[in-house]
Amino acid sequence: MYEGVVQDLIDELGRLPGVGPKSAQRIAFHILQADPVDVRRLVDVLREVKERVRFCSVCGNVAEEDQCRICRDGRRDHTVICVVEESKDVVAIEKTREFRGRYHVLGGAISPIEGIGPDNLRIKELMVRLADSDVTEVILATDPNLEGEATATYLARMLKPLGLRVTRLASGLPVGGDLEYADEVTLGRAFEGRRSFDH
Amino acid sequence: MGLYRDEAVVLRTHKLGEADRIVTLLTREHGQVRAVAKGVRRTMSKFGARLEPAMHVDLQLHTGRSLDIITQAETLHSYGDVLSGDYSKWTMANAVLETAERFTALVEEPALQQFLLVVGALRTLAESAYDPAMVLDAFLIRSLAVGGYAPSFDACSRCGAPGPHKWFSLAGGGSVCGECRPPATATPASETLTLLGNLMEGDWESAVASEARHQREAHGIVAAYLSWHLEHGLRSLPLVERT
Repeated sequence: MYEGVVQDLIDELGRLPGVGPKSAQRIAFHILQADPVDVRRLVDVLREVKERVRFCSVCGNVAEEDQCRICRDGRRDHTVICVVEESKDVVAIEKTREFRGRYHVLGGAISPIEGIGPDNLRIKELMVRLADSDVTEVILATDPNLEGEATATYLARMLKPLGLRVTRLASGLPVGGDLEYADEVTLGRAFEGRRSFDH
Repeated sequence: MGLYRDEAVVLRTHKLGEADRIVTLLTREHGQVRAVAKGVRRTMSKFGARLEPAMHVDLQLHTGRSLDIITQAETLHSYGDVLSGDYSKWTMANAVLETAERFTALVEEPALQQFLLVVGALRTLAESAYDPAMVLDAFLIRSLAVGGYAPSFDACSRCGAPGPHKWFSLAGGGSVCGECRPPATATPASETLTLLGNLMEGDWESAVASEARHQREAHGIVAAYLSWHLEHGLRSLPLVERT
């Protein structure tokens, strides 16, 4: 145990995800030895992120204004919405530069065993958003695990009656892997979603 | 114990660190086991979808200090894959998994009967052999019975007087006679109690022939009885979608 404020810092750092007691101690001593200007910058960013960052009123992504950068961008395709679980997924899809539509962040996946049902996610907001818009396609890009799959199944059932085109991101074999190591579910999906070489 | 091999159903998963997961398993020979699946969240993981909830797998594990480590996994039946494609069945499968987790959490010994019940329930749900809602109710009653809370649907649960009796008491352990009846007992239809008895004994022919209103009443009784005996109700049960 260290004295007073040093121990307080270690305790606070230790509450961060993925930071154990040893790592917390290492980071604390790094901060103690760092240049005061660097520490001041870190403090300012931490304060600013809590003060300025909020959730986009349209899509639920993290934003610094009422609407996020993507929702404000008039050049994005307004007819396609990609539904994702978390803001992190928006960043991952943006990196591909394949998608030019807009997003809707659910805030998680349906997980009855954790007590998370459809009402705990931003599904109502999605339905309201779709009610008066020119959206023609909704892409369901929830995580490719079974909770994400069940969430997509639920959403598809809600969206189909609206007469929209509802699509799901393809599942299959990761590029760079060996076929023999693929599990049965993934390999089965890859067969289902196989494509012709004609186009 | 070092390395060991066992058959298991994945009950639940929790994220751990960057790309790992803690997987709660109900194994055939070792009861409930919590184990780490390293790197399982990476798209290139060797485990792939094998360690997702409701998967029936053959595992090799390494005994760890607090948590075991999964070293190999092979799919026996991918019930989870089938069930996640039907939202209503997925909610029921979640209730099955959560019940099994709660009943085996404190038992540090094999829970073979509970394991067989879970595998049977998931298989029946996946194969759509019977009405999924009745499959769930049958599983819940039998789990209660295996856990030592078997309700009586015929003889009085207090004095043993032969039934059928008109009253049903959650606290009293099932059917109660007029003499033993505590205050605030329910009076379900006699057909409902017969249905519950059939579900517990696995008499599907008679159970399937029951009326929808008795099935609904039976579900209410099972849910209330389960919540009473588990102290805290199941999180997944209110989210179950009965079609």
